[in-house]
Amino acid sequence: MNNNLVDVFSSFDGKEEELIPILQKVQNALGFLSDDSMEEIARFARVPMSKVFGVATFYAQFRFTPKGEKHIMLCRGTACHVKGAPRIQEEIENHLGIKEGETSKDLKHSMENVACIGACSLAPCILVNETVEANLTPQKVEKLFSSKGKNK
Amino acid sequence: MDINKLIKEASAEWTDLLNGPVPAFLVGNATCGRSAGAGNIIEKLKSEISAGSHECRVLEVGCIGMCFMEPIVSVYRPGYPLIVYGNVEEKDVAKMTEAFLEKGEIINYNIIGVVGPNEQLDKPDLFNIPVMEPQKRLVLNNCGLIDPTNLNHYIANKGYIGLQKALQLSSQDVIERLKESGLRGRGGAGFPTWRKWQFCKDQDNDTKYLICNADEGDPGAFMNRSLLEGDPHSLIEGMVIAGHAIGASSGYIYCRAEYPLALERLRLAILQAEQKNLLGNDIMGMGINFKLKVKEGAGAFVCGEETALIASIEGERGMPRPRPPFPAISGLWENPTIINNVETLVSAARILQNEPGWFSKYGTKESKGTKTFALVGKIKNTGLIEVPMGTTLREIIYDIGGGVDNGKKLKAVQTGGPSGGCVPASMIDIPVDYESLAEAGTIMGSGGLVVMDEDNCMVDVAKFFIDFAHKESCGECAPCRLGTKQMLAILEDIVAGKGTMEDLDLLEDLGKGIMKGSLCGLGQTAPNPVLTTLRYFKDEYIEHIQNKRCPAKVCRDLKYYEILKDKCTGCHICFKACSVAAISGNPKELHKIDQDLCIKCGMCLDKCPTKFNAIEVYPGNKVMED
Ligand SMILES: Cc1cc2nc3c(=O)[nH]c(=O)nc-3n(C[C@H](O)[C@H](O)[C@H](O)COP(=O)(O)O)c2cc1C
Ligand code: SF4
Ligand code: SF4
Ligand code: FES
Ligand code: FES
Repeated sequence: MNNNLVDVFSSFDGKEEELIPILQKVQNALGFLSDDSMEEIARFARVPMSKVFGVATFYAQFRFTPKGEKHIMLCRGTACHVKGAPRIQEEIENHLGIKEGETSKDLKHSMENVACIGACSLAPCILVNETVEANLTPQKVEKLFSSKGKNK
Repeated sequence: MDINKLIKEASAEWTDLLNGPVPAFLVGNATCGRSAGAGNIIEKLKSEISAGSHECRVLEVGCIGMCFMEPIVSVYRPGYPLIVYGNVEEKDVAKMTEAFLEKGEIINYNIIGVVGPNEQLDKPDLFNIPVMEPQKRLVLNNCGLIDPTNLNHYIANKGYIGLQKALQLSSQDVIERLKESGLRGRGGAGFPTWRKWQFCKDQDNDTKYLICNADEGDPGAFMNRSLLEGDPHSLIEGMVIAGHAIGASSGYIYCRAEYPLALERLRLAILQAEQKNLLGNDIMGMGINFKLKVKEGAGAFVCGEETALIASIEGERGMPRPRPPFPAISGLWENPTIINNVETLVSAARILQNEPGWFSKYGTKESKGTKTFALVGKIKNTGLIEVPMGTTLREIIYDIGGGVDNGKKLKAVQTGGPSGGCVPASMIDIPVDYESLAEAGTIMGSGGLVVMDEDNCMVDVAKFFIDFAHKESCGECAPCRLGTKQMLAILEDIVAGKGTMEDLDLLEDLGKGIMKGSLCGLGQTAPNPVLTTLRYFKDEYIEHIQNKRCPAKVCRDLKYYEILKDKCTGCHICFKACSVAAISGNPKELHKIDQDLCIKCGMCLDKCPTKFNAIEVYPGNKVMED
């Protein structure tokens, strides 16, 4: 078994109620939930695979494909929406050539929507890995993601 | 440990911060502070201080609420009040340390206000400036002023005194205190907190649970986040009090995973409280036990609903189940369970920290106390506010919020998130309380308050919310799952210019059907944003349908861009910017947009230099002349 998984499992008892925290920790460690890791989780938590998949697919947080080096979370909250988030999303998609929910072939970028990142007072905003980029305008997006931008 | 000893130690540390010889910088480093660049300010401050020869402290504090002024840096200096600076830039830091530490001077610009006795400085008191004056900070009183990672700061500001008092009272007496306060749930529905607690207390069961709902599902709201980041011990205190009242000895905090900083602060605070015997077994030596665990949400809006949240903690898919039985009778692992919002529990802590009558003297007859709101959208002073119940929307938007941004006209105010509704500008004199908002067709909700101006299309907003509800529906009830899908499809037709007048009736019928036929609050309220916009902004729907125009110029198929003959200089910038080559024209000549090719992305308008302003957007569609 992958060493990361051994590590993650060591902090749990393998009880059914721990399923979501286990999935979260595994995703943190691997970046996504691989098929193999799902099988190991089922074995460890002593539940059927269908249960693990059922739970994991219910929650938006879980992903089954790898993240890019720069993982972009696009806020789709109300504050961001009324301040022009759709336009911002389109600009980023244009610059990176991938759409929401996709990862670029070179694994450099991935992008997904998130309900709100809690920085609504500085809308519209996005999260690039751990960094919030706030008060975005199409011009700022260009600075961030054009071929010379810091996130390219 | 003896609480009185803790208080003594804490006050000594706090007095030393306020009046001691060592100056201190307080930097707002909650999520919006970080987003605005507080991290760099802190680094710079630390390096300036270590390069100099003076002792000085740097503390990270929470959100003081004036997020539009971030980064915010405050300074304690012997003999002076706390001076609060806004919009601090990295380049200001060296000037600040030099003035304060080396020269013993004050920097006079960017001061928002001061806190504390203030004779020598001619600056306004922070709590008297226009943004703050109408506010009453009963719940947010510590946010931005204490170091949330320092338990002593909390204790020195009445922290855990409420718990001490509560543990000296019987459970029933604690509930009586809540009853007297008039506190109602801050998570949305406004159910009297004492009554809920009483239900659970009266259950004869050895095991009971208390859950704090910190899922903050309303997208566009961050009241709970700010409280958790800026004052996490308040929640812990409120939870132990509630645990004592209902007879629960374990609790969970269900906090959304999108709030990493809040989670970090909570976990640290729990550890600190455990170390000082403010959590755990035999709390304060008073014979009461209470354990607390944090559960991270996993990004499902429906998990804000009580029974779905319980399923999620149990490790299941977050599917709501029918009520009754209510969780107060059969909840987590079929034991009596109380679920309260973060703000409800923090209010409970404050109520116990203060004398009877303190909380209920604020607010209206039916809605007591204060409410926090995340004031966002098209408003000048965005941030986190707390006002007495009964304050009017006008006071919130104009006096506190400073009015609509960019001199635009106010169009609507949205409260209650996806479950709420849009109140039109003409109704902003209504007071903010549970009943008045319900009468206007919306709800108090948990505190999201989104301001919209003339550039926002109400049909688009309605579509936005239905899209959200549709994506977040757990799928259990057909009316919710399929009904929201159909409403979305109708709205998509309308914004594409393919709507009919019959669609409007259909939207209403569908909406009402979904509300009746859904099991949980998500479906029961999901049509609200559509129904309220239909009620107050029907003309705008009709414009889309009959005249194929989006008056706010938002909906793509119902607007067009045009280059103004007398303004275009032929700079050729838009030509290069257009991704679909819809713009033609030679340099230095008039440019033109081919309406058939144009995808209405608006890039050209953004790119046309402001000194020319040669591109305009109009509602409707242009009939090609040639
Ligand atoms: C779909 C849905 C989402 C909800 N989201 C939240 C939420 O994020 N936070 C919250 O406190 N209450 C939320 N609620 C309300 C809770 O179910 C519950 O009523 C509340 O937490 C009770 O706490 P209170 O009595 O302190 O208000 C939601 C309800 C529904 C139906
Ligand atoms: S109303 Fe919607 S979200 Fe609620 S239980 Fe039914 S399908 Fe699920
Ligand atoms: S950017 Fe503006 S001024 Fe320049 S060519 Fe285009 S419309 Fe004309
Ligand atoms: S709405 Fe975008 S951060 Fe909250
Ligand atoms: S986070 Fe600093 S004022 Fe909001």
